[in-house]
Amino acid sequence: MRKSFRAGAVAMLAAATMLAAGCSAGSTAGSQSAATSDPNQKVELTYWAWAPNLDKVVELWNEKNPNIHVTVNKQDGGDPAVTKLLTAVKAGSGAPDLIQAEYQKIPTLVAADALADLSGTVANDTKSHFPDGVWNDVTLGGDTLYSVPQDTGPMVFYYRADIFEKLGIAVPKTWEEYAAAAKTVHAADPEAYLGTFSSNDAGWFTGMAQQAGASWWGVDGDAWNVKIAEDPTEKVAGFWGGLVEEGVIDNKPMYTPEWNTALNTGKQVGWLSAAWGPGVLEGNAGATAGMWKAAPMPQWDASKPATGNWGGSSTAVTSQSKNLDAAAKFATWLNTDPEAIKALVKEAGIYPADTAGAESSLTEAPAFFSNQPDFYKIVGEAAQNVGSFTYGPNVNVAYNAYNDQFAKAAQSKQKSAFLDAVKNMQQVTVDDLKKTGFTVK
Amino acid sequence: MAMTETRPGPAAGTTADTPRRAKNFTSRVLIPYSMLAPGIILFLVFMAAPIIYTLVLSFQKKKVSGLGLGKGSQSTAFAGLDNYVSALTDPEFLGSVLRVLTYGLILIPLMLGFALLFALLLDSRRTRAGSFSRTAIFLPYAVPAVISSLLWGFLYLPGVSPFHFLARQFGMELPSLLDPNLVTFAICNIALWGGVGFNMIVMYTSLKAVPSEIYEAAKLDGCSEIQTAIRIKIPIIAPSLVMTALFSMIATLQVFAEPTTLRPLANSLSTSWSPLMLVYRDAFTRNDVFSAAATSIVIALATFIISFLFLRIVQKRAFGQEN
Repeated sequence: MRKSFRAGAVAMLAAATMLAAGCSAGSTAGSQSAATSDPNQKVELTYWAWAPNLDKVVELWNEKNPNIHVTVNKQDGGDPAVTKLLTAVKAGSGAPDLIQAEYQKIPTLVAADALADLSGTVANDTKSHFPDGVWNDVTLGGDTLYSVPQDTGPMVFYYRADIFEKLGIAVPKTWEEYAAAAKTVHAADPEAYLGTFSSNDAGWFTGMAQQAGASWWGVDGDAWNVKIAEDPTEKVAGFWGGLVEEGVIDNKPMYTPEWNTALNTGKQVGWLSAAWGPGVLEGNAGATAGMWKAAPMPQWDASKPATGNWGGSSTAVTSQSKNLDAAAKFATWLNTDPEAIKALVKEAGIYPADTAGAESSLTEAPAFFSNQPDFYKIVGEAAQNVGSFTYGPNVNVAYNAYNDQFAKAAQSKQKSAFLDAVKNMQQVTVDDLKKTGFTVK
Repeated sequence: MAMTETRPGPAAGTTADTPRRAKNFTSRVLIPYSMLAPGIILFLVFMAAPIIYTLVLSFQKKKVSGLGLGKGSQSTAFAGLDNYVSALTDPEFLGSVLRVLTYGLILIPLMLGFALLFALLLDSRRTRAGSFSRTAIFLPYAVPAVISSLLWGFLYLPGVSPFHFLARQFGMELPSLLDPNLVTFAICNIALWGGVGFNMIVMYTSLKAVPSEIYEAAKLDGCSEIQTAIRIKIPIIAPSLVMTALFSMIATLQVFAEPTTLRPLANSLSTSWSPLMLVYRDAFTRNDVFSAAATSIVIALATFIISFLFLRIVQKRAFGQEN
């Protein structure tokens, strides 16, 4: 009796182990190449995305293309969608045909073999639609096309025009002028700041480093290099560290109840943010509508205007899709067709990556900035100056190191700690690459 | 085998025994095991299999060739004890363990102390509005940790906190509880607020189970309320004190929701503040499920050893009178 139980238990355990082993074995056998399909055959595509109201835009496509039907599967956001996709790829099935992928996630997804190569499809002809820096993000600087750009987040400087006027401050054109303005704002009201250094928002800091000319990763033959602890990033970190040490810039994270209150009560007088900023301001500081204005980012070298990018995403086809061509056709339409872009702007409120599309669809300033009719002219000019930035296969690790290292630095309020934080970020990022077995130069 | 002794009838193997054996098989094997099957299957699928899979993962690592881009450039390889060595020598892991030990040393005595105090007060004869107080003290336990951390987070942030607002009206400036040297207390406070009620109910329930003759005898012997509490009630409910202490210790080692929810509000909490936050970060932020698996095994073993040692030390004293 006992014996039979034991035998049964062993058998069940063995079955369970095989089940577990089967999960991991699937990852190698799972992904076969996507087959090309007959153009007249009816195709069903699934699309994981989190942009609001995207299903309404896709409805336009479905009406016109009865043979390629796309179903939007709403996701919680960029991170959860990527985690789910990576799990599906490991399991060998369960991935959608298309996914909304943020630019900084593309190398991670490519490294996990989650994305299909679009360079042999219609999507490859869209290069002329997008700024070079954005195209670089979806090709990783090579000939393989991993994704079609959808929206970008060119950074601008938002400021409270009424407070600037009251204090007699001119809109800062250089970072030097920005520092001076920060001092004036804080001197006039010890509780007010021109901005805050947020250790929570790695993408925000990346955008500012990008403006200064940084590109944190690079490919050198068969090896990666990491260039975080170099002049541009150190310059940016030192600048903000200096202002925080002086006490004229706040050191608390963004997107906290405290920060929202400060935006509403005029204690946060400015915000370096992206083209999608108006939506956030409207939601977090609704009482201040019509008091803000947008200006180009302050510059390091006023003769060579540059901008960074904060956020933005693309439409990628997954390696498990059996309808590569149909999916590429849809991704191309969604992000380059004038009607689709108009709908994206209207329904999802994005800033299109397509240069011509952005110009023709963004004519009227957002309601929150109705006091500034040329809002999109300023953003559009900024979008043209976005520098090129290469993301590496462990952006997640570097961003996480940013959170932890700069939290410590911001808390200490010392410029030297900000510079150390950059060094530590570099160290953590390189160590992680080496530990995983990447060749690092 | 135990079964051979109890099996009735002649020895197995004789022809006359065959139908009886078949019946025996049905009633002794088929029926009990088919009734146990749901439990066994659920245990295997949701406990044993994940544990074994975690063990398997913890001995593996990711292997990359070249740039690590494209098909087949990444594979998994056997890692031996590498993940365990790096987990145990990781200063971040050791730091998180130390922080959680400090947190536990502050939290557990306070939580059990308050729970016991409230339980004894509710149980004392002179209590008024007992059921209302009991519910009021227990209610925070029903609030999920994420929600209570958000609530307390609002109260902690100097810019939005009513306490800081009031203090400023009187010209005082309160220190921010989210500062690095105070943040442990801030987290303790949330856990205390949520945990006292549960522990109090456990102690109160076992106080209610004490026969009232004992109290009457104590009263006749001239015991005051306080003496009854200290000399009779506390020793009698010692087993439930041990149990709540054990639960609290395990919960302390697993603290996750409170610091994770508070983290974005301030600069003082890192993403590896507690051991479980480190596991979460490795698995989901850094995509390194192998290190995370090894760290989880280490934490599980440590929890097991600590609980075991704790029970060994206190068991004799607490449960002694029952044997």
